[in-house]
Amino acid sequence: MKAAVVTFPGSNCDYDLYKAVQAVGGEPSFVWHRETDLGDADLVMLPGGFSYGDYLRAGAIARFSPVMDAVTEFARSGGPVLGICNGFQILCEAGLLPGALIRNRSLLFQSHDVRVRVERTDTLFTFDYQPGQVLRTPIAHAEGNFRADEDTIARLEGEGRVVFRYVDAQGRATPDANPNGSVENIAGIINETGNVLGMMPHPERAMEPLLGSTDGKGLFMSLFTRPAASLP
Amino acid sequence: MSLFQLEIRVTPRPGVLDPEGQAIHHALRALGYEGAQGVRFGKAIHIELAAEDEDAALATAEEMCRKLLANPVTEDYRVEGIAKSTVGTGGGE
Repeated sequence: MKAAVVTFPGSNCDYDLYKAVQAVGGEPSFVWHRETDLGDADLVMLPGGFSYGDYLRAGAIARFSPVMDAVTEFARSGGPVLGICNGFQILCEAGLLPGALIRNRSLLFQSHDVRVRVERTDTLFTFDYQPGQVLRTPIAHAEGNFRADEDTIARLEGEGRVVFRYVDAQGRATPDANPNGSVENIAGIINETGNVLGMMPHPERAMEPLLGSTDGKGLFMSLFTRPAASLP
Repeated sequence: MSLFQLEIRVTPRPGVLDPEGQAIHHALRALGYEGAQGVRFGKAIHIELAAEDEDAALATAEEMCRKLLANPVTEDYRVEGIAKSTVGTGGGE
């Protein structure tokens, strides 16, 4: 399967994503943000980083990059789109996911490992995990505080669209386990049709024992080891 | 066409958590400003805009806010000031 890794000016996790795709046997290629064509990609990935220096709001300017029309069309036609960190922020700004990511409650840039619980294993991004499995992955962001109005949060929860939640070592979603102040400890959500996922933690940086965790691998295994035709 | 100086204020919507406002609030209290009851932190954007007239300039500013300058999920915006520019356009009199 072919994955388009979109690079914006200021992206810095694009190579990590590229390597993660290769590690599970996928075929990655970089697509520069000025491109208007995603080629024959089976998947699209928006990497972490600081597109346009996070000026105005994180993701606000990248969302108008020429490539985003193609990404939106790809998503609307059911193509799988994964946004990690800045990629998640861009997906929210583009309206492909609901809500917004504002400044961390602590005002600090949070760069450390966190634990997240897998809330859904019947998505094309997570079927390789066990229900309720707790993953160890890094986070590295200053704007990861997920916010949406009450109705939107109720709908996300009601429809089971919270895919990852910050938890403690025992798997409990406590305030202390929440690194940024996100409502309901939300770390990652999926769209209504189940093909667009955004998450603040970095699974692509949890692929090697040397780097402290291999828990991110399940996400890429989920995406790349199942034939496209049998996607849920 | 005339040039207009616009000031646009973008502020966190009521009820939306504002960590920066809270931090400033704490700092003001620590400095002894006990009368500071609440702080909301926003940004001001100054735009020099060429438009037919004031109404057109305001309409364009509104559109800019909706499309880019504010995120309706968390922010409100207001065009605070509009004035005909006194700055020359460079060249001529």
